[in-house]
Amino acid sequence: MAVKQLGAATYQVSDVYVQGTGAVVGPKEGAGPLGQHFDRVWPDEGLTYSSYEKAEQAILWEAYDEALKKAQVSWEDIDVVLGGDLLDQIITTNFSGRQHSRPLAGLFSACATFTESLAMGAMLLAGGGPRIVMTSAASHHLTAERQFRFPVELGYQRTPTAAWTATAAGAVVLGINPTPIQIEALTFGRVVDIGGTDPNDMGSAMAPAAYDTIAQFLKDTGHTVQDFDAIYTGDLGHFGITMLRHYAEQHGLAFGDELNDCGRSLYDAATQDTHNGGSGPGCSASVFAGPLARHLMSGEMRRLLLVATGALFSPTTYQQGETIPCIAHAVALASRGEG
Amino acid sequence: MDSEKEQYQQLTRQLMPKRPIARNLMLAFLVGGLICVVGQVVQWFFMQQGMSSKAASSPTSVVMIGIGALLTGLGWYDRVVKWGGMGGSLPITGFANAMVAPAMEFKTEGLIMGIGARLFTIAGPVLVYGMAAAFVVSAIRYLLTGVA
Amino acid sequence: MTFVWAFIIGGLLCALAQLVMDLAQLTPGQVLVLFVVLGALAGGVGVYGKLVQFAGAGASVPLPGFGYTMVEGIGQAVQQKGALGLFTGGLTAAAGGIKAAVLFGLTAALIFRPKA
Repeated sequence: MAVKQLGAATYQVSDVYVQGTGAVVGPKEGAGPLGQHFDRVWPDEGLTYSSYEKAEQAILWEAYDEALKKAQVSWEDIDVVLGGDLLDQIITTNFSGRQHSRPLAGLFSACATFTESLAMGAMLLAGGGPRIVMTSAASHHLTAERQFRFPVELGYQRTPTAAWTATAAGAVVLGINPTPIQIEALTFGRVVDIGGTDPNDMGSAMAPAAYDTIAQFLKDTGHTVQDFDAIYTGDLGHFGITMLRHYAEQHGLAFGDELNDCGRSLYDAATQDTHNGGSGPGCSASVFAGPLARHLMSGEMRRLLLVATGALFSPTTYQQGETIPCIAHAVALASRGEG
Repeated sequence: MDSEKEQYQQLTRQLMPKRPIARNLMLAFLVGGLICVVGQVVQWFFMQQGMSSKAASSPTSVVMIGIGALLTGLGWYDRVVKWGGMGGSLPITGFANAMVAPAMEFKTEGLIMGIGARLFTIAGPVLVYGMAAAFVVSAIRYLLTGVA
Repeated sequence: MTFVWAFIIGGLLCALAQLVMDLAQLTPGQVLVLFVVLGALAGGVGVYGKLVQFAGAGASVPLPGFGYTMVEGIGQAVQQKGALGLFTGGLTAAAGGIKAAVLFGLTAALIFRPKA
């Protein structure tokens, strides 16, 4: 167990492994191209819960459940829970603490919360503190849209760059027992504000933050993008990825086919009417805890750089005309599996 | 740094997928036109009962608002607007949608601050500025001509 | 014939609102407020009344018709009561619509639950 600082913002960690992952999603996510890779798919957005806020907590709880089951540990074994969500005062994560009663450190980096949780968890473990850590992030379409945009039944036309907040939760149990998936290094991002003001175009606002973190990671570690089978950003979406490629190229970094995006992969843009693609903390969390973790587990994917991206605005700040500050945190994972 | 921001925003505008304006206009025309024809049918019905066209327009509004509220409750009106855009929003059925939708969403926050307050999230500004504009326009006309 | 004009004028008003929204990148709420105000203005100069005469619901169902109705109502009230009509006329004329919107809105919000 050790942590070593590389360069300005990157930490190399040793002996940190993914013990188990849980990914639970809503019906629309389940019907998307990645549907078969999630542990559970809800048949509707609310089930019998009296509010969608409660439904969001339940979906997170189910993700916890799956992750514990696969890690073969119980709540009593969890030393600390790290996680967050989009709702005011991160209620989804904090309220679920009433049920598990484990030490809890709530985190917020908007849609970048998932990699923030993974990174913090890896640091704590590698630093010799706790031995088993639960990390998570969750979001729900019907709770987030009304907080950040419009009520869902209000008719309005989504613009081509508007994202679709995913109903999804991902949970990952990290520990020091060797498993096929290892966390190798992580980079904490800086806040980057490129001057975007449109809450219906967060992809382009977040792309420079994603670039900043990826470039920092590459500089600090000496890696190149070709060292990775896949680099997944969180929820830049179709347009955000286009902007990231252009912006990176202007700064002398050329991405190849390895560049992809969780939000872009979550839905079928042609048939699901999701415009720019999925967003929300649960988007990158479920795509990692579901499909990406499975590919790493099987050894089909050897090295992954996961860079969840977050737009750090609130409804108050955009109504006041403030620009949108953004952030991205990166976690590098390697497969030790067969393949 | 500011020039970098400016350049980036310019690049964003340049590469951003375009809104399908021609298609939006056509659909807004068709959907808005059709809703108005429905309104005309309702008005015609009231006129058959012996009302003048002017007298019939108030009960017509009542019926159209009822239809808009019902379709919103059933979860259909957002689809009308998704296709028709302003063709769905501008008719008075869309005004009903703008009242019911937020009230429904925030229902879990109670009858007072949930439904009661949220009915006017979007309708409130429309009423406030509609009333203010009607007052100002009429007051100016009254001052200039002596009749409003 | 009114039916045809209702379709054309109603459709054109909506298309105009759509054009303003797409070009100026406004939110739907901003467009609705703008068009209610435009309806009151057009009513004040006498244009909207003519539109209502030959397009019927095509002009009265879209939201500018709401601004026009209030201006009309104020005109009548001022004739009867003088300047006090400036305050009472608008809402009197629009009372049916507003009351219906509140009642039906309340009822629908009580009965239904939003869906994705």
